[in-house]
Amino acid sequence: MTPQAEIQLIASIVAVACALPGVFLILRRVALMSDAISHSILLGIAVGFLFTGSTSHPLLVALATASGILTVSLVEGLINTRRVKEDAAIGLVFPVLFSIGVILISRYAGDVHLDVDAVLLGELAFAPFNRMAFFGLNLPQGVWVMGGILLLNLLLIGLFYKELKLATFDAGLAAALGFSPVLLHYGLMTVVSVTAVGAFDHVGSILVVALMIAPPASAYLLTNSLPRMLGLSALYGVAAAIGGYWLARTLDANIAGAMATMTGVFFLLTLLFAPEQGLIARALQRQRRRQRFAVEMLLVHLSRHENEPEAGTENSLAHLVEELKWQPDFAQSTVRSAQEEVFVERQNGLLLLTEEGRQVASRVLQR
Amino acid sequence: MDAILEFVQLIFTDYTLRTVTLGAMILGLVSGLLGSFAVLRKQSLLGDAMSHAALPGVVIAFILTGSKAPLVLMLGALAAGWLGALLVQLVTEQTRIKQDSALGIVLAVFFGFGLVLLTWVQRQGSANQSGLDTFLFGRAAALVMSDVWAMAGVGGAGLLLVLLFWKEFKLLSFDPDFAATLGFPVGLLNVALTTLIVVAVVIGLQTVGVVLMSAMIVAPAAAARQWTDRLDRMVLLAALFGALAGISGALISSLSRGLPTGPTVVLCVSTLVGFSLLFAPNRGLVGAWLRQRHNRRQLRRAAVLETLYQLAISHGDAAEVASAHAHQLGALLAAMPGVDVRRTLDVLESEGLARPSTGDRWALTPAGADQARQSLARFTRHSPDELPIRPIALTSAGEVIK
Repeated sequence: MTPQAEIQLIASIVAVACALPGVFLILRRVALMSDAISHSILLGIAVGFLFTGSTSHPLLVALATASGILTVSLVEGLINTRRVKEDAAIGLVFPVLFSIGVILISRYAGDVHLDVDAVLLGELAFAPFNRMAFFGLNLPQGVWVMGGILLLNLLLIGLFYKELKLATFDAGLAAALGFSPVLLHYGLMTVVSVTAVGAFDHVGSILVVALMIAPPASAYLLTNSLPRMLGLSALYGVAAAIGGYWLARTLDANIAGAMATMTGVFFLLTLLFAPEQGLIARALQRQRRRQRFAVEMLLVHLSRHENEPEAGTENSLAHLVEELKWQPDFAQSTVRSAQEEVFVERQNGLLLLTEEGRQVASRVLQR
Repeated sequence: MDAILEFVQLIFTDYTLRTVTLGAMILGLVSGLLGSFAVLRKQSLLGDAMSHAALPGVVIAFILTGSKAPLVLMLGALAAGWLGALLVQLVTEQTRIKQDSALGIVLAVFFGFGLVLLTWVQRQGSANQSGLDTFLFGRAAALVMSDVWAMAGVGGAGLLLVLLFWKEFKLLSFDPDFAATLGFPVGLLNVALTTLIVVAVVIGLQTVGVVLMSAMIVAPAAAARQWTDRLDRMVLLAALFGALAGISGALISSLSRGLPTGPTVVLCVSTLVGFSLLFAPNRGLVGAWLRQRHNRRQLRRAAVLETLYQLAISHGDAAEVASAHAHQLGALLAAMPGVDVRRTLDVLESEGLARPSTGDRWALTPAGADQARQSLARFTRHSPDELPIRPIALTSAGEVIK
């Protein structure tokens, strides 16, 4: 494989591995825990580095995961004191752990090649240099590590699919049936921590957040079904990974940043054009509903005056503008769409109901 | 003490230290004050999102003007942060995506885009761009007096806005629905408050950086919240805590090499939060724990007294002579499962309300019987003298029938 292809492969694996737990994060409304976790793993990495003097020792991964879980339990503990709200608890905890990490690094490892920038930003471009061979396959280490994490996430989500689904959509019922919500919460957060730790090398800890939240949120705008949302999130992730790679190549810029940018671009496109939830679709729906209501108003108005002596004056277009307080343009377009549906005929400048229009009007009045 | 004296002396003589201390103080003051509203409105993480979202604004401002003047970059950050806040509002109001997801998307995507722009500018090879990345992590040591003036100016404008719209912001923080029914332009005021948070963020970017700015918004306000239930006091306290943390953070980080100012300030302000959570007079956890323990003891004491009294009556003693009859400790323990009877009896004895008798038996003293009658009367709304008491039924072996 060429280095180019390998980078795109790693990026895609990272994106899918992040998107899957991300689906549950956004459905359970704890999306920002990913932000907190991904920042505070710096502490675990710093401590691990001080112990081992290496940036790739397995102990680092274990400590970083542990500091992710520490973040979650500190946040939960703070919330349980009922002295601060959930959002404030998150905002209080991770800066502390992050600060301790930064101070440790700059005090004891400032001149070594452990850089806060590297943890926060990551650099995917160097990933192909660091290789490992397994089963006779010589692939970049990132493929193995992130591939393993991806498989782990798939396995866990597969095994606990029913429990996760139940706890996500009806936490009360889940608890009543005997599934511990606390256990599931911590389980999910552990998965998020492990994924964030594995991914920070490549995409940096802040952009992990983009990959965890934006693709599932885009998918959420397209479907109501959990399996489809999982699949679509993975697709969005891969698309952002590959699109981001080429954007970065074109601009000669940071790959992870470009991937995050692409997740945003895809989200924005979905936000605008999603068939039911999109902004445009919703604006059109609103307009159609208004038009529909106006046509019904018109028909009711005409039917009420149909057999009265003043029908001649009541049923002119100019009078609608006056009595129903419609703008002239709006009155015109309403009459036009009523004519198109053959509810109304125009004779000598007067509006006359057709038989069909009369029926619609009486149905509306009975409603 | 010496260190502090030396610090005070240095503030007047050392340009860098003076600038950094002033900058950190202004940052703490402004972010504490403005952050109070964010915390009360449950928008603590808005600061986090806005500080990350400001990055592309900073870079674009640099690309457009070629200048690194603090005011130019601040305006860029302000514009980007503001756009981010509006996007969050649009997404949460118009779609089913919740606020946490919307904040996360804006935070990470804007930041990623800023990073793309930053690396792009860096690789264009313009020598002038160096130092733009201080906005990522903050480099307080690189502050100069003109930065501090810019911070003071922008912060002062924010404070003025708070003073002018104090009543409106107060209402909006506690009861936005009521504000709307009174005819206040709630949407506009929302935008104004969000803008103020962005202002606070923008002031802090150079000093503590993108990542730690969220703590400066949340922590002083969260600490101040523990000490008071009044908005004006909370806002002032938060400003005070913020300034205190800024000054002490600058002091501590100047004492030793390898203690960056930003993280040190954050640790200082977080220490204040921890102290407030534990020791604030009304809401403090230690106080609450002590009160709870006291209450639990009082309840236990009353329960043992009453049980002794009832046992005496059930054995046919007249209420007046309830004090005369001693009971097996075993009967007491059976009547009150889960209560540490032995320790409570010791307390009662030291207060002269109960007395031990032979063979692990206990009886009320006359004073104890009196108090038991009084405390029972409180629950039954009868005067202590005419107290009808349902006696505890005992088997012949002395065991309680439930």
